[in-house]
This record gives sequence, structure tokens and C-alpha cells, in this order.
Amino acid sequence: MSSKLLFTDSEWDFATVERTYKAIEDIALNDLGLDVYPNQIEIISSEQMLDAYSSIAMPLMYNHWSFGKMFAREETLYRSGYSALAYEVVINSSPCISYLLEENTMTMQALVMAHAAFGHNHFFKNNYLFRQWTNAEGIMDYLAFAKKYIAACEERYGRDEVEAVLDSAHALMEQGVFRYRRPPRPSKERVQEKRRRRAEYEEEAYSELWRTLPAGIEPPAAPPTRDHEDEYGGDAKLPEENLLYFLEKNSPVLKAWQRETLRIVRNLSQYFYPQRQLKVMNEGCATFVHYTIMNLLYERGQISEGSWLEFMHSHTSVVFQPEFSDRRYSGFNPYALGYGMMADIRRICEKPTPEDRDWFPSFAGKGDWMGTLKDAWANYRDESFIEQFLSPKLMRDFRLFALYDKADASAFKVSAIHNEGGYRQVRAMLARQYDVGAADPNIQVTGADLKGNRTLFLSHAMHRGIPLHNQTKELVLAHVERLWGHDVKLEEHAA
Amino acid sequence: MTHFVDRRLNPKGKSLANRQRFLRRARNQIREAVQKSLKDSAVADLGKERKIKISTKGTKEPRFRLDPRASGERDFVLPGNKEFSPGDSIDKPKSGSGGAGKDASDSGEGEDDFEFTMTQDEVLDIFFEDLELPNLVRTTLKETPNKQWKRAGITTAGSPTQINLVRTMRNSFGRRLALKRPTMADVAALEAALAAAEQDDPVDPAKISALKEHLARAIAKRKWVGFIDPIDVRFNSFTEQPTPTSQAVMFCLMDVSGSMGEREKDLAKRFYMLLHLFLKRRYKKVDVVFIRHTHDAQEVNEQEFFYSRQSGGTIVSTALDKMLEIQKERYATADWNIYAAQASDGYTQSGDARHCVDMLNELIMPLCQYYAYIEILDEREMEVFASEDSGAELWRAYRTVAEEWSNFATKRIAKPADIFPVFHELFKKTEAA
Repeated sequence: MSSKLLFTDSEWDFATVERTYKAIEDIALNDLGLDVYPNQIEIISSEQMLDAYSSIAMPLMYNHWSFGKMFAREETLYRSGYSALAYEVVINSSPCISYLLEENTMTMQALVMAHAAFGHNHFFKNNYLFRQWTNAEGIMDYLAFAKKYIAACEERYGRDEVEAVLDSAHALMEQGVFRYRRPPRPSKERVQEKRRRRAEYEEEAYSELWRTLPAGIEPPAAPPTRDHEDEYGGDAKLPEENLLYFLEKNSPVLKAWQRETLRIVRNLSQYFYPQRQLKVMNEGCATFVHYTIMNLLYERGQISEGSWLEFMHSHTSVVFQPEFSDRRYSGFNPYALGYGMMADIRRICEKPTPEDRDWFPSFAGKGDWMGTLKDAWANYRDESFIEQFLSPKLMRDFRLFALYDKADASAFKVSAIHNEGGYRQVRAMLARQYDVGAADPNIQVTGADLKGNRTLFLSHAMHRGIPLHNQTKELVLAHVERLWGHDVKLEEHAA
Repeated sequence: MTHFVDRRLNPKGKSLANRQRFLRRARNQIREAVQKSLKDSAVADLGKERKIKISTKGTKEPRFRLDPRASGERDFVLPGNKEFSPGDSIDKPKSGSGGAGKDASDSGEGEDDFEFTMTQDEVLDIFFEDLELPNLVRTTLKETPNKQWKRAGITTAGSPTQINLVRTMRNSFGRRLALKRPTMADVAALEAALAAAEQDDPVDPAKISALKEHLARAIAKRKWVGFIDPIDVRFNSFTEQPTPTSQAVMFCLMDVSGSMGEREKDLAKRFYMLLHLFLKRRYKKVDVVFIRHTHDAQEVNEQEFFYSRQSGGTIVSTALDKMLEIQKERYATADWNIYAAQASDGYTQSGDARHCVDMLNELIMPLCQYYAYIEILDEREMEVFASEDSGAELWRAYRTVAEEWSNFATKRIAKPADIFPVFHELFKKTEAA
């Protein structure tokens, strides 16, 4: 039996990692039937992991001080032992890049490969939101472009100028996504006009010297210099929920490079938007997959008992959910909830109770847990997933209860608990809690006085009477004014 | 197809550029924090890497946030119910952070101040940002130990280890071409032709002798036109270039008589430490000479300087004597920038102050780039001597020196918080400088 073990040491080397990867891949593809992008596994040092963290986990990112701030904070936390580094970072790209930390033990490397290279990877490739909104093949190229473009702008217009635009754009990142539709397509003439301009620019900027560059080196990306572009006053459709888009297209004061900068931030924001709606499912899927794979490895005698215990130790700490009164509590742990629900779905498929048959007639006792899960992974987001799949048993396990909060009351009111009368209410409320659309303030551009003093009108439709936090509102509005160049008025009204 | 990539050898510090941008952005807060942290820190830690805590003012990244405390109503779900039933109420936590009241929507409104570690260089950069040593003079270049070898082209003479093969071979090749040195192949061809001619039937003696002559000439020519000739050989040449170094010596003079307690010494040490760090930053080489005195002066090491409990009467001038003695012996003014910092509580034997002033005026000040006198007072005394003109004998005497010499400064400090401003003032960048 020991001859079948993939590894016996906790030390890893490339041969072992590769052998283990093959075994995991075999289970993932053949036993579980996962569908993944090609994998690229990279071993990095802890310092590089910190680097990766602080550029929002992307291997390429333009420079900005806020990433430095994030780095400084993470580094301090890490060095003083407050937080451990994540064992892995995985990037939604094709090939799907997973970073493994060099300090991990071999068991951890196996766990991380199962988790990231197959769990996350499958989810990235199959979930409808990722499919619809992110372009796994193109993201790296786009980031490379963005980095080069911002650097070229800094060179040309000065760091402070670029920093100011980025600051303002970052402040509006959450208002820089299309939630319900793809961006409006520019009209045909517009596209042609743009193409003509680009050609003109390229002609102007053409230099014989570029021809002498060795193959593979491209001339520096030069941002367009033209200050005036006829985009302003174009096809603004109101109301517009995507503030960054509106400003990019319609601001009277922005120069072409500033519009492009807004566009970059907006595209990134859009790229990360699905991620925000899929935290529970994404982590749940990866955790469920690593749990299943590691156990199969153990059952088949490919990893030792010691290694399995090590795995279980880190698995249980990952899915630990402190209770609300616990000092460690800081909201729901997406790993715990996501994994809990997915393990529960498997249980319902395999060994349902009468209650489960009542609640989930479509799949309880049908046995095809992998099919049920794959369908869920592909077609739901956190909100709808919880709404559809959270079982009474899990609500009891988590001891969920719902509170009603009125701002001027001195106490919260318990509105429902995990009992017969409360299951549906608790579940619905928890699902709402994961609706990013409801958690983000609903702010729209309602008008712009383009003929008069150019005031921009924004409105916040308050959900259940909750207004914007006043101080931060003023700060963000200052950023909007900077981008718009004229007065900005924000009104809050009941939805 | 799966790739395994070892990225560990890739360049690290990808975030350095961002870090610099952040430091630049948070400059003001960082400067305040660094000064505060230097002020409060233990003496021994002054020059180390340090953790500082800055407020997020200026590095805030505001976003639109909902404020459920202002008005409105909402529901939220929590795990871990033990005793509640529907209809129960739970008191809201008093202020802000507390288990139950916290949920996603109010994170981000009050960003915490945060801590991070700055390297020594970063700290010092900020600390010394707008300080400059007055009268900074570059000392002579003479016989400085720092020399660098620099390439100085190609020469015809040198040591065999420095032969430049490419140049040598190029010359040799050119010379061989110019002098038409027969190649091995040429010789072989002649030999073959000769052998063939000897086989010819009938033998043509004229042709054979002509070929023999050719061959002999070719062989001879190969001998006298060498493959490599001494005139081909080239050597890489290096010359020694002195690199300018500037060096400084700092004399720390301290009164350790009974009246100087731990507190006074600690204040003095902080001042010296700053001065030392500062000099280190400006000069390639900085020496520190510690001189302590009671009624008698000694050169000691740092440890003894600050921590020995020697005691006795006070004669300040002995320290000045000692300093001059050491300076004459080891620190020629031509090579060294000389700095002195004297700390005292301002009491000395009567008459000695006069003597000190004379020494300073005639002997010491002409040597020094800068001389700082720090009088360490009690906080109560500080109030008594509110005016710069009033003070103990030494203070008043030294004031006359300060009038005479612009590079002589006198300051009083009573608590750690005074040190930085005083230091700042002493070494303020002057417009003229």
C-alpha cells in the first residue's frame, strides 16, 4: 500500500508536485467530471505572495499608491503574525494561474492544487456570471495594456495628474459597473470615426526608428495627445447607473487620456463585479472540490493518514464559523457557508430525511449529487443559490436567526429563528444579504444641465430609508466634481 | 497541458513602486508619526527599522456607503442563536464596534489608522528631509583610502593577465594579411606541387628548383612573419581613480559630574544619536569620539560614556583640552570635518567658563565646522530661564562665543520633546548655504 503513496515527506519538490497534480487531475476530471481551463501552477515566495495580494491579486497591475498602502498594511500584519498568508491565489484567466506558496508542506500543495486549480478553475469556467462578464483569455493582455498605458500617461502628464484621476476613478469603482446589461454599443459612424482617428494618430506618431527595433519589442505605448475629442455630448441615455461610464463619455472637462483611464478602472471594476456576487459559491465550490478530492486520495491510499489529518486540520479551520457573540465573529465566513451548503446538497442527494424530500423534491434522494452541484455552480449566484438550496437542517446547524433593525430604536428585534415558522423567512433574508445590488447604494445619473451651468444631477434611491453615510458621501462627491468639472448635486429619496 | 513554473527567482519587490507612491502620498502623516515615534522611543532604538502608525487622513479612499445608523430599517441574519425566540429584543451595542451591530454595510466608513514598518532609510529620509549640516565642506581628496579601478582603454604594455585577446588577434591578422604571410595551406600546396613535379616524367629540373625555392621562401617567411608578433599584443588598461570621500568626526563632550543624572544623560544621548545618524547620512565615514569629564576629562567608549556612574567636581575646560589633544593627534583639519556637541547642565567651577570661552574663541572654533552647546535643564529651570539672556555662568559665557562665531550654537532642552525642534533649529537649512 505504501508504494501507492504519492508522497511521504512534508517537503515538496517539483517531481512530487507534478506526480500529485496528475493524481488530483485524474480524480477531478474522471471521477468528478470537472471542466476546467488549462492550468498553470506557479511556485512563489511569501514576499511575492504579498506582492500579489497588494495588486488585487493580479499578476500585473498599474501602479497606484493605494496598492502600496495595501501592501504596507498586509506586510505589517503578516510580519507581526496577525495574519497568515493565504495558501494560494488563483486568477480567473486562461490558462488558469494558481500560485502556490513555497513554504507550504506537500499536503498543503496538494490541497491547494485541488482547491484552486480544479475547484476555482471549474467555477470560473462554468458559472454563468463569469462566462458572461469576464474574458479569461483576454484579461492578462488587457492588464498589460493598462499598466503600459498608465505608465505612459505618467511619463507624459506627470504622476500627480494621473494619480488624481485614478483616485477619483477608484472612488467610483463600485458605481462603475453595468449591473444588468452590456455597455451600449457605439454607433457605426462613431466606430469608423474612431478608427480613422487612430490611423491618423498612428501616422503622426510613426517613426522610422521603430523599424529598427528587434522583433518582439514594441514601440512605447503612446497615449493619444489630442485634447479634444468629439465624444462629449454624445448619446447619453438617462438615467445611467454606471457613473464611470457616464463621466467617461460625457464629462465636459476630461481629456482623451483621462477618459481612457476611467475606462480602464471601469473595465477592472466590471471584471471583479461577478467575483463580488459569487464569494460564497466560489469558495464553497473550491472547498467542496478539495475536500472531495483529498478524501478520495486518502481512500485510495494515495496519501498517508498523517497527511490526511494535516489536511483535515486546515480544512476545518478554513470552514470554521464563529458565532455572532464570539469575539472572532466578523460576518459570515463564505467558506463555511458555501462548503456547508454544498456538503449538505450531497447529503440530501444521498441520504435525505423526509424534511429534505419536502423541501427539495427535485433532487432529494436522486443520488446524482455531482450533477446537482454542477448545475448549481453553473447557473446560480450567491443570492439565488442561498434562496434555492439552503436547507432547514443547515439553518439549524448554523443556528441562524434574523434581526430586524430600526435606526432609532435602542434594540434589535429578533424577527425569525431556525424553526418551522422561520425557515423561509431566515433563508430569504440571508439571500438578500448576499444581493450585491441591494447592498450597494443605488445611485444614478438623472440629468446634466448641459446647456446651462452644467450641473450634474445624481440621485440615490434609498432602500428602506437607509441614506448614504454623510461624511464619505461628501468626499466621494468631491471626486465626482473633479471628474465632471462642474457642480454635482446628489439627492436622496425613498425608492 | 499543465505548466509548472518556479517563480521564486523572479524579481521581488514588485510593489516597491507602489510603496514609494504611498509614502509620498502619506508624507505628512508619516512625518508626524516618525517624529513622534523617535521622540518616545528608547535610546538604543533610535536608528532602527521601526513600526509606525499613521492616521489614514490623506490616504483615505472614500466610497459611497450606506449608513444604517442614520435612519431606515433593515434585516440581517446571524449565526449562533442560543436563547432567542422570535419577538425578543437585543440591546444595540453602545458605540460602533460590537458583535451584533456589525454587518457588511457599515464597514469602510471609519477606516482604522494603521501600522506599518518603515525601513531605517525611509525613516531617516523623512527625518532629515529638511535638515542640512551647516558649513558643509568637502575635505581634500588626498590619500583617501577609497580608490576605484576604472577602465582606461587599451595599451601596448601590461601584464599577461590583462591581454586583450580580441584586439591582439585583430592586429595579428591584419599584419599577417598585410605582409602576405603564407598560410599552412599555401605551404602544403607547394609541397604537393613539388612532390607532383618530382613524379613527373620526364622530370623538369627547372620547375623543381623553382618550386623548391618557393617553398623555402614560404617557410622562411612564415618564420619571420610570426603568427603573433609582440607589436600585435594589446592589453586592457585600468587606472586607479581616487573617489572623493568626505569624512567627519564628532566630538561628544559630556559633563558627567554628580549633577548630571540619568535623565540628563538620556537627553544628551538622544541628541548625540541624532547628530550621529545625521552625520552618517552626510559623510562616507563618521568617527565619534566620546569625551566625558568631571574635574578631569577622559576619552571613553559609548557604553561608559552614557552609563558609568563616575562623579566629581566639574571643570569643563578639561574636556576642551582633551578634545584638542585628540584632534591634533588623529583628526587633521585638512582631512576631517570636525563637529562637536557639548552637553552640560551648565554648572562649572567659577572662572572656568571664562577659560572655556578663550579656548573656544582662539583654538577650537577655527577648527570646527560646527559646535553645538546643549544645556540640559530641569523643566522648572526652563521656566526660570525663559529668556535666552539669563542663565548660569557657562550659558552666559557661551552666549558671547555665539555672538562671535556663526557656527557656534547654544540651545537648552528640558525634555525629550524639545530635542527634535532644537536639533531642527540647530541644523536648519539656511537659504544662503
